[in-house]
Amino acid sequence: MDILTWGHSPWGERILAHISWNLFWASLFAGIVFFVAHASYMVLSAHRKRSAAETDALEIEHRDLPPQIVRHSLAARLFHWVMAGAMFVLLFTAFLPVAGIKFPWVTWHWMAGLVLAGSILFHIIHASVWLDFWSIWVGPKDIPEFRAEILRELGHDVPGPKPGKYPLGNRLYHMAIVLAGLAVVISGITMMVRVRTPFFTRNPYLLRDTTWGLVYVTHGLAGVALVGLVIAHVYFAVRPEKWWITKSMLLGWITRRQYLEHHDPHRWAVESIAAKAEAQRSGQ
Amino acid sequence: MAVIHDVMPSFGLYQPASVADALNLLDRHGRDAWILAGGLDSFDWLKDRIKRPKAVVDLSGISELQGIRESGDGLEIGAMTTLTEVVRHPAVRERYSLLLEAAEHAASPQIRNQGTIGGNVSQDTRCWYYRTGWFCYRAGGNICYADTPTAMNREHAILGADRCVAVNPSDTAPALIALDASMVVRSKSGERVVPAEEYFIGPGTDITRMTILQPGDLLTAIRIPGTWGGARFYFEKVRDRNVWDFALVSVASAMSDNGETIERVRIAVNGVAARPLRLRAVEDAVRGKARSEETAKLAGDLAIQGALPLQHNAYKVPLMRNLVKRAIRGAEGA
Repeated sequence: MDILTWGHSPWGERILAHISWNLFWASLFAGIVFFVAHASYMVLSAHRKRSAAETDALEIEHRDLPPQIVRHSLAARLFHWVMAGAMFVLLFTAFLPVAGIKFPWVTWHWMAGLVLAGSILFHIIHASVWLDFWSIWVGPKDIPEFRAEILRELGHDVPGPKPGKYPLGNRLYHMAIVLAGLAVVISGITMMVRVRTPFFTRNPYLLRDTTWGLVYVTHGLAGVALVGLVIAHVYFAVRPEKWWITKSMLLGWITRRQYLEHHDPHRWAVESIAAKAEAQRSGQ
Repeated sequence: MAVIHDVMPSFGLYQPASVADALNLLDRHGRDAWILAGGLDSFDWLKDRIKRPKAVVDLSGISELQGIRESGDGLEIGAMTTLTEVVRHPAVRERYSLLLEAAEHAASPQIRNQGTIGGNVSQDTRCWYYRTGWFCYRAGGNICYADTPTAMNREHAILGADRCVAVNPSDTAPALIALDASMVVRSKSGERVVPAEEYFIGPGTDITRMTILQPGDLLTAIRIPGTWGGARFYFEKVRDRNVWDFALVSVASAMSDNGETIERVRIAVNGVAARPLRLRAVEDAVRGKARSEETAKLAGDLAIQGALPLQHNAYKVPLMRNLVKRAIRGAEGA
């Protein structure tokens, strides 16, 4: 199977052109295989959740918490859904023609790309200034949680750490989407110099042929990676045991019980009703 | 190394005797197949080694693709009918002189004797960057060499460019659009009939093709309805050399009027975009108006809305405007 497409410059040099579209089909296939395999595993495995009794005990212990715990602010939710819309337009305009559904796609594609770029820029600023920036990232400190999660998935009753605000899977996914998203946006904006838009003076000779090839390959690789990633994301969003997360991305909050069932209150501290009232009284 | 232009490369030559056999061959060879009609566009590609098909399917032995037949109140022209046959056919001369004019303006008498109407509408672009084998968008690359500040793009597109700025070179295409013709396309999966206007596609839809024909598809016939038979026609082709050359811009129109007011009209231009363009906005604007200088000016100005010339083809903007004006005025007013 070809992975890259090569061409030749007017001087006869061999140059990179773009990825082979075989990779699109490979990514689509990988995404579908993943969700079939995962769904089968979830049906057959001894996947363990925190027991009802354990959660009941936690509820009694944390009864001073508000009944609704804010998980995503309005700004964060707006970003998510704008980005999701832009991503779907980008994927459909990029890959439907590859799949044989032909239509004039370029203008829609770069316009959606600009929306995506703008929403990512907003998200970076918003997350850096107003959110707990590091809560979504993964690092060595998460190794015990990773180990505990794997053992729980295998059916063991492990007392190890539960996730903070974001489950480990969320954070790993976020890291993958950051890499693919930034690669696709930066390469895509560079490629806009080659098409007619109101924003750039068209200049196909801005970069050398070899560099352009790398830009196109980067864009293509990130694009096909996003196919698999988006399939995985949508799959998890619609899985019944994950609906509480999906719902929180619509409404912005989760219930106290969901908070205690799925999170470690020490790693994601939520203000109690009394503390909140006290803060309001003192004008904070 | 210099390209040897006079020796044919090796390929499998297939000469089916029926459309069914041709479709079987096209289906079997898929993207490796090349359809050979009159050969006038094909031989350039093959001898220059720019296109390297493994199987060439020569349609010249298929009688059902040849000739012009009466069909209802119109005509059905086999795709392998030569342009000379089109020009000489009594029904074409009597009722569809627009097509006669367009076909007669294609190339030279020798070429019209060999060239077919199917080949004329399905031929590839004349962009020399593409035809000399530069690895451009249309050839599968990621650049248009004709759309750069230093490019030679005098003959290229002023409208509808989408990365690629090549233009459609067919003379009969705008006439067929103006006549509301339909293209009969067959493949192993069946037959579909598409309006001529939709037979041609731009780079936004598929940057590597000029028509809807996919591997395995075969244009078998062109149907011209009686709707526009005997209407007031206008065809004009402007080219660098009047002996024979491809159009810089061409216009074809079919119009019916009551002597003063334009009742129905269809106008198409070619040489300005990657596909022949039907000027719907112009048609809508002039319908119901007097066939006057004022209407002609309105049509001309409207036709060039959105034109975006390249470095060397700004002349096409006034040229197109004037040709559309002349089409509205008609032959007597031009």
